[in-house]
Amino acid sequence: MSPTETLLLQNGRVIDPANQIDGPGDILIENGRIKTTGDAYSLQCPENGKTVDLQGKWLVPGLIDMHVHLREPGEEYKETIASGTKAAAAGGFTAVACMPNTNPVNDCQAVTALILSKAREAGFARVYPVGAISKNSAGTELAEFGELKQSGAVAVSDDGRPVANSQLMRRALEYSGNHDLLVISHSEEMSLSKNGVMNEGALATRLGLRGIPRVAEEIMIYRDLSLAQYVRRPIHIAHISTRESVALIRRAKEQGCMVTAETAPHYFSLTEKAVGQYDTKAKMNPPLRTQDDREAIFEGLKDGTIDVIATDHAPHSPREKELEFDQAANGIIGLETAVPLTMNLVRDNILSPSGMIELLSLQPARIIGVEGGSLSIGSAADITVIDPDKQFIYTKERVVSKNTNSPFLDWEFTGKAVLTIVGGKITFSEIEGIG
Amino acid sequence: MEEQYRFPHKHILGIEELSSQDITFILNAAASFQEISRRPIKKVPTLRGKTVIHLFFEPSTRTRLSFEIAAKRMSADSFNISASTSSATKGESLIDTARNLTSMNPDIIVIRHSSSGSPHLLAEHIGASVINAGDGTHEHPSQSLLDMLTVREHKGKIQGLKIAIIGDIIHSRVAHSNILGFTKMGARVFVSGPATLIPQGVEEMGATVCSTVEEAIDDADVVMALRIQKERQFDPLFPSLREYASFFGINKNRIKKAKPDAIIMHPGPINRGVEMTFDVADGEQSVILDQVTNGVAVRMALLYLIMGGEER
Repeated sequence: MSPTETLLLQNGRVIDPANQIDGPGDILIENGRIKTTGDAYSLQCPENGKTVDLQGKWLVPGLIDMHVHLREPGEEYKETIASGTKAAAAGGFTAVACMPNTNPVNDCQAVTALILSKAREAGFARVYPVGAISKNSAGTELAEFGELKQSGAVAVSDDGRPVANSQLMRRALEYSGNHDLLVISHSEEMSLSKNGVMNEGALATRLGLRGIPRVAEEIMIYRDLSLAQYVRRPIHIAHISTRESVALIRRAKEQGCMVTAETAPHYFSLTEKAVGQYDTKAKMNPPLRTQDDREAIFEGLKDGTIDVIATDHAPHSPREKELEFDQAANGIIGLETAVPLTMNLVRDNILSPSGMIELLSLQPARIIGVEGGSLSIGSAADITVIDPDKQFIYTKERVVSKNTNSPFLDWEFTGKAVLTIVGGKITFSEIEGIG
Repeated sequence: MEEQYRFPHKHILGIEELSSQDITFILNAAASFQEISRRPIKKVPTLRGKTVIHLFFEPSTRTRLSFEIAAKRMSADSFNISASTSSATKGESLIDTARNLTSMNPDIIVIRHSSSGSPHLLAEHIGASVINAGDGTHEHPSQSLLDMLTVREHKGKIQGLKIAIIGDIIHSRVAHSNILGFTKMGARVFVSGPATLIPQGVEEMGATVCSTVEEAIDDADVVMALRIQKERQFDPLFPSLREYASFFGINKNRIKKAKPDAIIMHPGPINRGVEMTFDVADGEQSVILDQVTNGVAVRMALLYLIMGGEER
């Protein structure tokens, strides 16, 4: 990625949980790396560089979203690697891990290589491909994990088409050990969720919509935790949405299971009530749940049961969304609203600023085993600046992603990313004078 | 002084949106329209020059014909589009269909569709009034209104009655509308059937769930059986029709648990020998054909009221 800049970021609130730092400071970026760090106003900017004063803003390690759908190859009318990573940059993300449910499925070296080359070309964010667990995500034969890993995949998952066969899941967990690949589970017992379109319960009954019971998620989480524990392999549980899912993961962690888990901003920001009068922008899988589940997610985020906030960014065009509710596709875009929605939790004292950065940067970097997640001297200059007081309305016109399928349109927010830097290159800026 | 009541709805999307006052007003209007269908010349000029389109994406005999007769007796120009002849089969979205219809300036669209909420989607994208003639497993308001009219005719009131609804509650938009409608009008609704056909949270809509049909029917004023909707069942929800008939079917013996003057209802079409035995369907207590007659009057009233009619 070029060109890189020499940049002195001055007097920001440096929040770097990896180094247990939270206080005013400076960071000097040179040649794409963090050259030095120091107290506020202690560093000098070299002659060829620029200085930015970040009074009142947070200076944090670049945010990493370990669960997005970039839709390329195959569904470029929904999103491309370029448009998706541009949206990532606008949301403060310096890296994303993209799920394999493209067309063709990312189950081989050729697709992984294509994704990486398109990502390099676009240059907005680091892209870490997630390969498929099974060939064509068909749930029958394992994909070639070795080749996927060699070509750059950081994990494997059959996201969107969960592994129904328990034997295959066991084999995937075992064989992933040979290649040091993380298995990410989209936990859903399809025989229970089949044809469901929203959370099962009184509201679904009243709307005449077929329900997806919470047990469809919980049963599969239990299965996958049992398998992971049995074969002593790590597992990452994607997008958890229910109280019992949080409890299952908490208990598994206490028992020494190598499990990590993520939730998405919509699960802590909305409930099933957002479906309203058949609003397809509130249709996703797993579905929005109840206030009680939402509160359990808060607790899970607070006590570390949930390790990561990931968006499950899932662009769809009006062709898939402006339809009868049961005909519409699952999923919402999320890259541009993750920071402001998480800031709401910080203001409500559910998360500390440092806790927020752990969930959005440090933990995902550790879990998928990639660089980033810290502001250590010498590390790549992947940096995000967040203005915690910046107010904005997320209007349709403002959306950077190729599609606007967000339930948060026209929401008023306080707090957003204002500067995103990847390897010393500015990929997004709302700060005057730079970018 | 009480302000004069005016019917406040542009669309009839569900019983949920109607107040008990609205429902009473519709039933009164319907009762006054019944007489037109008994005249030798069954036509009034009330909706002359109005265009009604019947947009049916699901098969229907009774409801569609009933709406069509209602429109014609009110002198509206009515047109029918069914799924097999619409552009839905060519892949046109409902919103595009709505936009195209709007360009032809209809006054009322009567829609039946297999997706819950489709009338709401249509109403958002069309200038005309929309009447829901059954959407997925959500609501079927005109059927519920005709059921309430039938009960009121036979019982003189709805308030305080015990209504038993038996069978496939989960797939039945008629049950959903009736649970909302009868409870709004002050009746108590009891439901029963195979537990696999009772939806979660139906109590929150106002129904009491009974584990046996006998318990639901006990001392009831109205017993309503529902059709087993084989077309909406994705997986086996009960062992066999034979077992269904024997444990959940309405037969002579079970009817004895209800009040002696209880009426027997069914929204039709009946799977005879399954939900209801032949003798009960055709017996003295059955008001099934009155329901059909009242359907026309209720639909005339709905067309009239959403076109801004005042009490006659």
